[in-house]
Amino acid sequence: MKKTPIVLALLLLFSMLLSACGGTDNKGDSSNSSGDTINLTWYYPVNVGGEVTKVIDGYAEAFNKEGIEVNGKKVTVEPVYSGNYDESMTKVQTAVKNGKAPDMAVLLSVDLFQIKDSIIALDDMINNDSEAQEMMEDFFPGFMLNSQAEGKTWSIPFQRSTVLLYYNKDMFEEAGLDPEKAPTNWDEVIEYGKQLTKDGKWGIELPATISGYWIYQALALQNGDGNLMSDDGKDVYFNTEEAKGALQYWIDLSKKHKIMPDGVLDWNTVPTDFIEGKTAMMLSTTGNLTNVKNNANFEFGVAFLPGKERLATPTGGGNFYIFKDIPEERQLAAMEFIKWIAQPERAAEWSIDTGYIATRQSSYETPELKEYTESFPQALTAMEQLEHAHKEISVYEQGKIIKILQDAIQAAINGDDVSEALDKAQEQAEELLKPYQ
Amino acid sequence: MRISERMKENVTSWLFLLPSLIFLIMFTLYPMIKTAYLSFFQSDLSTDKPIFIGLKNFKMMMEDEVFRKAFINNIWFAIGTIPTSVALGMVLAILVNRKIKGSALARTFFFYPVVIPMVSAAFIWLFFYTPEYGMINKLLTLFGAGELNLLGNSSTVLIAIIVMVIWKEAGFFMIFYLAALQNIPKDLIEASHIDGASKWIQFRKIVFPLLMPTTIFSFVIATTNAFKTIDQLVVMTQGGPNNASNLLLYYIYESTFRFMDYGKAAAATIVVLVIMVVIAAIQFFGTDRKIHYS
Amino acid sequence: MNRVINLSTHVLAILWALPLFGIIYMAFKDTKVEGFSVTIHNFIEAWNSAPFAQYYLNTFIIVIGILAVQLVTITLAAYVFARMNFVGQGIVFLLYLVQIMIPIELLIFPNSSTIAQLGIYDTKLAIMIPYFISAFGIFLLRQTFKGIPYELEEAAKMEGCNRIQTIWHVYVPLAKPTYIAFGLISVSGQWSNFLWPLIITDSDSNRPLTVGLAMFAKASDSGAQWGVVAAATLFVILPLLLAFFLFQRQFISSFMHSGIK
Repeated sequence: MKKTPIVLALLLLFSMLLSACGGTDNKGDSSNSSGDTINLTWYYPVNVGGEVTKVIDGYAEAFNKEGIEVNGKKVTVEPVYSGNYDESMTKVQTAVKNGKAPDMAVLLSVDLFQIKDSIIALDDMINNDSEAQEMMEDFFPGFMLNSQAEGKTWSIPFQRSTVLLYYNKDMFEEAGLDPEKAPTNWDEVIEYGKQLTKDGKWGIELPATISGYWIYQALALQNGDGNLMSDDGKDVYFNTEEAKGALQYWIDLSKKHKIMPDGVLDWNTVPTDFIEGKTAMMLSTTGNLTNVKNNANFEFGVAFLPGKERLATPTGGGNFYIFKDIPEERQLAAMEFIKWIAQPERAAEWSIDTGYIATRQSSYETPELKEYTESFPQALTAMEQLEHAHKEISVYEQGKIIKILQDAIQAAINGDDVSEALDKAQEQAEELLKPYQ
Repeated sequence: MRISERMKENVTSWLFLLPSLIFLIMFTLYPMIKTAYLSFFQSDLSTDKPIFIGLKNFKMMMEDEVFRKAFINNIWFAIGTIPTSVALGMVLAILVNRKIKGSALARTFFFYPVVIPMVSAAFIWLFFYTPEYGMINKLLTLFGAGELNLLGNSSTVLIAIIVMVIWKEAGFFMIFYLAALQNIPKDLIEASHIDGASKWIQFRKIVFPLLMPTTIFSFVIATTNAFKTIDQLVVMTQGGPNNASNLLLYYIYESTFRFMDYGKAAAATIVVLVIMVVIAAIQFFGTDRKIHYS
Repeated sequence: MNRVINLSTHVLAILWALPLFGIIYMAFKDTKVEGFSVTIHNFIEAWNSAPFAQYYLNTFIIVIGILAVQLVTITLAAYVFARMNFVGQGIVFLLYLVQIMIPIELLIFPNSSTIAQLGIYDTKLAIMIPYFISAFGIFLLRQTFKGIPYELEEAAKMEGCNRIQTIWHVYVPLAKPTYIAFGLISVSGQWSNFLWPLIITDSDSNRPLTVGLAMFAKASDSGAQWGVVAAATLFVILPLLLAFFLFQRQFISSFMHSGIK
């Protein structure tokens, strides 16, 4: 009996020791800003191939050396890699719920309505800061489309993209096609595809997982003059004739024209297929440009997406958000970092390293990017396509509604009736949006 | 004196139980009660504070096509994995229990998948299943079947995952059967030899009945596994295509952490808990006392 | 007939081993060259692209931490259920049985919010704490304790040992095989744990190997990088496989032990 309390005490001590080993490397809570530094936590996703994490770590290191101060305290940043976009969103929402919101995060620009309650509008900060104003005016207008809602600005463009057509010039040549001429409309895609499909190699691949809905949105935009949702994020238009026609075209590529493999193609393996020469064309994000450039051992080209009624692509990619439940000082510090990383030269560098489009118009005037685009003109195509860019789908209950849309696309690929699948998706989405109308 | 002795024993007992009881209450008992309570509330992105809605979460869940799919998939998944991996476990045990050349090595190969994490197993099989590269497709093309996008087709994705899980689990049950086989008294077998019973009769009349407790035990473990492991879905399919590989726990995972729909997550958790209790009840009341924990 | 059975044993064994050989092949294959040539480039690249050393350390701390606490909690509880009488015994015993019926993995939704309330989100403690008891371990050990002759405990009492001393000097040494069995099962199980740490951690300083692997593979899962992912997968399974091949007998007898109730 005598020793029982000792055992209990030991147990207690032990669990305290354990909690200490978890606690020491805790990051991002406000205790870090005591003293004379503000250490910001920054969640960022990686949705494309390549060693993006290293590039990001390099930026953080450079920024931390810079010695930028807010309220006389040195600002430093600690990047936390949080998976692909979906997973990052999951992580951020969980962290916010658990009272451990990061200071800032890069999330899909379209996740705005889903996390609007956890973030701050940036207008006040921008209005009080001439540098910030200058920055905002310099962003490509296409990239600001998804940042604004209710007359306010909620996020700042960072890793931005559009859908691009990638094609294998060597395979074009072998098939007797002009390697400098990519297909410009849907019919040409089918025509070219038929010539390219042979010996177990495919004409084209469209991915239908992860960001597959986004590829589909491009087709839907091309097939008419509308979009898949209203600007206020409270209505969706999944079952219009344009939307149905776009999905039917997708299905026909494999079922009718036999130029695309059967079944749902994975977001991550489509670029692999392209790099390995298993498919002559693919639709993917501009964010894959550098990955393809580094790994493909053949000549490849990129081109505007083939059009139907019009040329069109949704914008895409991630923006910076600043969170609400942190001290104002940290919010200001976060803005300082964003301004730093969004400088034209740095945006140019980021574009060169990843293939994402440089967010600032003046980036394309910098010597670095000028030189780069001269030697690698493919990098300009994405920027030029911005002229045809539209708002990416962004609605309330984004997570659930994107799943509904993506499920409908996957169902149709697996043989469900296109029209019924989209009618059903529309009905389910309307039901979800009711509380917000 | 005796009363104080008894008091002392009581106090000591509770003190000894205290450390484990705290964690048991915190992470098993309390959460169950809390989940049951929360399942009566609407708590999602559209609500600021949870609103009491009675049984509506359950009603909405039953109407939710994704939930129904996850439920039915989970049953097919259970039917696909449980009998096969248990039966295979028995067969493998009988095979490696024979004293032949290489049986120790064979045993090693059957068992190693049990030791490795499900996540890494999922990555390994992802390579196998991917069209154009995977070994399985190379084999299929060899036989002229053309390429198959196993994980990209609603009709094949669940089967593909079931096959992987069987590969991973069979060795686990093999070990239980090996233990049981080695406990069968030698003279029983010898006696039947004298009686001139054929190997098959010997197996059916003597060995198989003696393995029954192991079989039931394995069935219970396999059933629990069929509901509690979704690591492979996170890695391989995210429940797709079109929910064809969605399972109940994955549904809970997505509802909680991706859609922030806590009411729904609570209701779905309750459904899984009820399934678990039913299974436990079958184990408790439907079987021989020998395999009880008590 | 016998030869057919022998042959099929071997064929099955090879089938079972194929995935392992496949991943080893992929990890060592040089993708830049046609045909097969051995390279360790994939391993170097994988090791450099994610903090695997940190992940190893984290997994190690988590696995050992859980086991250490478990050994204390299960020993005390197992002793009580094996040897002591107290008020409410029946009902408490049932409560422990609940954990056998309902694995903690099913309770990710409520437990993640408990972790939040405790304010330990994204810590190693958060990963470990739900596993600090193992009802399975308690029942396993209780069975062993029950098999230890009561006379030994009485003898210890005569020599003036109190209960703790009795447990330490009599029960623990005699139950060593059970402890080893439980230890191996606990360690290999926790090493493999994925979903819970995925949910409850955000930073590399707390992520275990399994989560690190998944994060890493998702980030680089494109282009000709599959060899790298294969190499990273081997990082995760290698220690387990090594331990398994070295201590195969203990492993297998441990799992056997746990199956017999």
